[in-house]
Amino acid sequence: MEILVRFIVGGLVVSAFAVIGNLFKPTSFAGLFGAAPSVALASLALAASKDGAAYASVESRSMILGAVAMGAAAWMSCQLMMRRGIKALPAAACSLGVWFVLAFLLWHGLLKGLK
Amino acid sequence: MIVKVDWAGVKETTAREYLIRFVFGGSITAAAGLIGNAWGPVVAGLFLAFPAIFPASLTLVERHERERKAQKGLQGAHRAITAAADYAKGTAAGSLALLTFAVAGWKFLAKVPTAVVLAGGTLLWASVAGLAWFIVKRWR
Repeated sequence: MEILVRFIVGGLVVSAFAVIGNLFKPTSFAGLFGAAPSVALASLALAASKDGAAYASVESRSMILGAVAMGAAAWMSCQLMMRRGIKALPAAACSLGVWFVLAFLLWHGLLKGLK
Repeated sequence: MIVKVDWAGVKETTAREYLIRFVFGGSITAAAGLIGNAWGPVVAGLFLAFPAIFPASLTLVERHERERKAQKGLQGAHRAITAAADYAKGTAAGSLALLTFAVAGWKFLAKVPTAVVLAGGTLLWASVAGLAWFIVKRWR
């Protein structure tokens, strides 16, 4: 049941930010919403209500590293498209790979073992 | 560079494309919960900054730009990739704002009511994102 609630709430919040992003021109401004705290808002609200604010605070700390990885992934996909002429779909796929690798490298180097 | 509201972007997006974003976003949020249950908040927290909107939106921007050019009888492939790259640039700037949201959450969630922190964090994100975009545009 909790997972279903997370799925619905998360889907709605992500969709809302995606729609808001679609409203704006120029494209670079709309791109800001690609890094909107959509998953975070849904997850932190649910985590705080279920597991407490301290738990949500710990999640936020890790989110810092995830945000660094997100920035690097977006920048890398921008460079792939601008400099190599790579299309959006493979660039987006690369960005996911970069996010995973960098996020977990940062976690391993800075937060592993912490509670 | 003036920011303006353009409903064309919303109208061009199909119901299927909205559904994909809903399912993807919902799946990531649900996965973060499962990961938290399995490995705790330190690992789960990484996924709060997972690029949930970015990949789908990037491909949509490219496709919509290509379709717009095709309607005018133009090729548009290069312009479409440039538009997608502009979107990615914006997301990179927005990630800096996302980092400030995360710091605010880390510092204040355990001390201040959750709703206040999340609302304030979202305002902070919007402010920093706008400022970052403005600075990047001015320095280009």
